[in-house]
Amino acid sequence: MLGVFDIIGPVMIGPSSSHTAGAVRIGKYARSILGEKPIRAWIGFVGSFAKTYRGHGTDKAIIAGILGMDADDGRIRDSLDVAAAGGLSYTFETIEMEGMHPNTVSLELEGGSGRTVNVIGSSVGGGNILINRINGAEVLISGKSTALIIIHLDIPGMIGKVSNVLGDNGININKISLNREEKGGIAIMTIEIDGDIEPAIQQIIQSIPNVLSASILNAV
Amino acid sequence: MKYDSVSELCRIAEEEKVRISELVLKDQAVQMEKSEEEIKGTMRTMLKAMRASTKEGIEPGKRSSSGLSGGDAYKMQQAVEEGRTICGPVLGKALTKALSASETNACMGRVVAAPTAGSCGILPAVLMTVGEEWELDDEQLVMALFTASAVGMVIANKASISGAEGGCQAECGSASAMAAAALVELNGGTPAMVGHACAISLKSVLGLVCDPVAGLVEVPCIKRNAMGAANAFVAAELALAGIESRIPVDEVIHAMKTIGDCMLPALKETAEGGLAATPTAKKYMKQIFG
Ligand code: SF4
Repeated sequence: MLGVFDIIGPVMIGPSSSHTAGAVRIGKYARSILGEKPIRAWIGFVGSFAKTYRGHGTDKAIIAGILGMDADDGRIRDSLDVAAAGGLSYTFETIEMEGMHPNTVSLELEGGSGRTVNVIGSSVGGGNILINRINGAEVLISGKSTALIIIHLDIPGMIGKVSNVLGDNGININKISLNREEKGGIAIMTIEIDGDIEPAIQQIIQSIPNVLSASILNAV
Repeated sequence: MKYDSVSELCRIAEEEKVRISELVLKDQAVQMEKSEEEIKGTMRTMLKAMRASTKEGIEPGKRSSSGLSGGDAYKMQQAVEEGRTICGPVLGKALTKALSASETNACMGRVVAAPTAGSCGILPAVLMTVGEEWELDDEQLVMALFTASAVGMVIANKASISGAEGGCQAECGSASAMAAAALVELNGGTPAMVGHACAISLKSVLGLVCDPVAGLVEVPCIKRNAMGAANAFVAAELALAGIESRIPVDEVIHAMKTIGDCMLPALKETAEGGLAATPTAKKYMKQIFG
């Protein structure tokens, strides 16, 4: 059922929700997966993003997201300058990737600690996004509910430990998925939950042995 | 309320002897389970952002990333200030504001989708202009936005408000009908006049295709926002003079839907037909994207 604010609103940064808002959100998501301030970014545009990113300002939108800006931030169009001033270096490339949504981007971010993360996401229309891959592992995050991304060693019992923490804190899981590149290597657990999550819970999960990192990604 | 008929909205408003905006505000408060004040507060935020967008684009050196647009709102404002307009300051100001909001959108500034980003200049331009000219307070403008949204909801429910689905008649056309409705109510017209203004404004843009050059929301979009604002004034003037649409508004909306359904995909935002397929558009496309 439509309401008045489906017709008037949202307040947004132009020129188009898929090229601006969606791109900002993918950038911001990648930053929160990295979990620290990025100092370097490699951005690979795929498909129609690769052909049109300049004219649509998608490059500025992605950088804005990586800088932590929201989709309605008035500084998006100046994000390249903000990046230069804030010590974020970046490169844009166009890359080929089979079977992806036409508006897809691959981001590789490096934080001050030397940690890196690779995130592939698509802007699927109306400002909605889908995160398809994190560090090579397939995920499917819409950003519509709060998600927890836990990178951990692939050893038995990890799901149980994490879901105990959530259960003890009254948090309801609505979707969980686990992916790994190889057995016994690094695994990625993605958990989507109902409602919000206290930042303190991230600390608790982070302190579980063999968890390398845990990040809370708020709904966007 | 189901928002599936503009005539029905007008009929209920006349029967209950209230304005359409009051009816819609009350209904939305119930549907969203919020107080009327709260909903008006959110609408006030929209109004403020709209007002800012009608000013932000007025800058001589403004340019979009593609280089295709910018600086026209400033030119229009100069013409108004120097008294060089044909239709006088009211229309001139509205055109300036419509160009400003649309150029702001093209230049990655902050706008309010109304109903879309591509058509974000029409409703703000019309509202802010009469707000200044008639010295209306924001409360009145906020209420007018409820009338405008009701029209937009009916069009979205019965036809479409997206260029990719229904062509530009669905984007700039809908925005124009919404603005015409708001104008009539603000001027003290009856709910029936609101309906006629919607019908008249939509009839004048039926068949308008969506053909953005290089797929960018700039050419012809920005100038179509100026047209949409002017069209809203035309329709409101006629309706307020007591002129009626021979075809009832809901049938016009249905006609818009059937026309949109008939449009070839090349004319629905794919940038493969219409203006986007002209030699000059192709040249620009090459310049911008290589
Ligand atoms: S031409 Fe298409 S993109 Fe431009 S305003 Fe109209 S509907 Fe929107």
